[in-house]
Amino acid sequence: MGMQFGIFTVGDVTTDPTTGKTPTEYERIKATVAIAKKAEEIGLDVFATGEHHNPPFIASNPTATLAYIGAQTERIILSTATTLITTTDPVLIAEDYAKLQHLTDGRVDLMMGRGNTGPVYPWFGKDIRQGINLAIENYALLRQLWTETNVDWKGRFRTPLQGYTSTPRPLDGVAPFVWHGSIRSPEIAEQAAYYGDGFFHNHIFWPASHTQQMVRLYRQRWEHYGHGAPETAIVGLGGQFFMRKNSQDAINEFRPYFDNAPVYGHGPSLEDFSEATPLTVGSPQQVIERTLSFREYVGDYQRQLFLVDHAGLPLKTVLEQLDLYGEILPTLRAEFEKLRGPGVPDAPTHASLVEKAGGPTDTAIYGVGDDATGTSDRDAVLEGEL
Amino acid sequence: MSNAADIKRIAVVAAGLSVPSSTRLLADMLADASVRAVEARGVEVEVQHIELRGLAHALTDNLLTGFPSPELAAAIETVHRADGVIAVTPVFSASYSGLFKTFFDVLELGVLDAKPVLAAATAGTARHSLVIDHALRPLFSYLHAIVVPTGVFAATDDFAGPGAGGGGELQKRVDRAAGELAALVAGPTGVAAPPAATRHLVEDEFEHPTSFEDLLKRASDGPPAY
Repeated sequence: MGMQFGIFTVGDVTTDPTTGKTPTEYERIKATVAIAKKAEEIGLDVFATGEHHNPPFIASNPTATLAYIGAQTERIILSTATTLITTTDPVLIAEDYAKLQHLTDGRVDLMMGRGNTGPVYPWFGKDIRQGINLAIENYALLRQLWTETNVDWKGRFRTPLQGYTSTPRPLDGVAPFVWHGSIRSPEIAEQAAYYGDGFFHNHIFWPASHTQQMVRLYRQRWEHYGHGAPETAIVGLGGQFFMRKNSQDAINEFRPYFDNAPVYGHGPSLEDFSEATPLTVGSPQQVIERTLSFREYVGDYQRQLFLVDHAGLPLKTVLEQLDLYGEILPTLRAEFEKLRGPGVPDAPTHASLVEKAGGPTDTAIYGVGDDATGTSDRDAVLEGEL
Repeated sequence: MSNAADIKRIAVVAAGLSVPSSTRLLADMLADASVRAVEARGVEVEVQHIELRGLAHALTDNLLTGFPSPELAAAIETVHRADGVIAVTPVFSASYSGLFKTFFDVLELGVLDAKPVLAAATAGTARHSLVIDHALRPLFSYLHAIVVPTGVFAATDDFAGPGAGGGGELQKRVDRAAGELAALVAGPTGVAAPPAATRHLVEDEFEHPTSFEDLLKRASDGPPAY
């Protein structure tokens, strides 16, 4: 298969600074679906959505979005960027994404992230100062829920579990492949390496030096934990482009969006930011060249996702960007393939994981009577009052 | 002869806006006096100047983007690697200037841990002199720096009045503060073994990653005592 290409969205509802028009939540949600369908149409391999629980985002409930897209697509891998492993109960993540696997015939993987919105933590009963600890403990539980039935578990951040079986079981007995995303927390690179999971760097908004040192650490620790040589680790990168046939047209058209963007707007110039971060605004050829240069500082990698739909860009423009992405895609695939060193694996897919596991297994528990679902809580409540 | 590792480094951070500024004049006096005081202890010293005016745009950008430009990153690194810091601000609206504060706002917590700092300020009138103790000292205490006992405040009178010039009152305060800084930077007790615990910076974690077993243990036991 070679390298995977795709897009990721953060699901922001942002006013178009050139028209003053703000899409409704309905329009933005439907636009996200249209963008994902277009991604499959132009031949991309992955569509990933973020998760946010506050305005101005429509990115809550990602599995509903992904299942809906899954029902209208055939081939594209549905993923997240990122799933909030800190504030979401791992029991719910285990259920939701296993269900999504079944519904989409295994076209699912996901990326763990801690989230960057401080106020979210207390809304879900958590404390941002425990962010790393939550990511470590919750993920350890999530893995256990996917790989074991009858889980006994006790930790610091959620109520204990006794004889608990998460349902449905992962499709074919194989959990979705997991990536861990972090911008500059070495602990997360360590975690990804320990489990032999993928590591993803968002690679937007930040200088490439952050990406480079995180990926270097992840590859070193991947080898340390016995998963193989550093170049066999599974690396994904984000990226951000705006393309027009003529590079000056791209710069002129994108500048107002850049200048007013939620994350970096009103700060450095488009030119300075393009130099300091992987943002590429220019011709298709410039985007090809910049993208090919990423491997010079992270090594050969498995997945490249681009952010194409933020900062108030209207749907029409985003779809035009995807048409251009589709046009450079064959070149990107061919050039990366030519440059790729020997022994560099593809990113795992459901099919490859099933094959590695020696074929599908059914870990579901059948045939026992239901002794957990009561008819009413009335008796239990009364008993409690005695 | 001494090798590069033996040479002490003093970073001078000055937030003056005009050229020349009285803030820079005071910074130069403090730097010169500190060099003399360190050299008097038989130790080589090198001074690196950071003029915040030239970094004003980069500082604002850092607030907005969360990362420093290469020039600002170099300045931060200079402070991080310094054995001592001389920090000089003009007084604006009864406190340090916003530009001065922004530089210390974008430093990662831990960069100034246990670092000797000489705090100094300039103003038009001596009535602002408490800014050293009411504004600068709390700022550096929060950042866990070791602030030398003598802060140096210079008003217009100190540069232009009867006590100005070599051997004047200002020069005496400068020499006393510089002597205190030199004792921390190069003195026999020195800071070779930092007297206070220094915080773990991100770069330390990259250098010596915490093993996953320890991360897991920390997650379930709670963070280690700092």
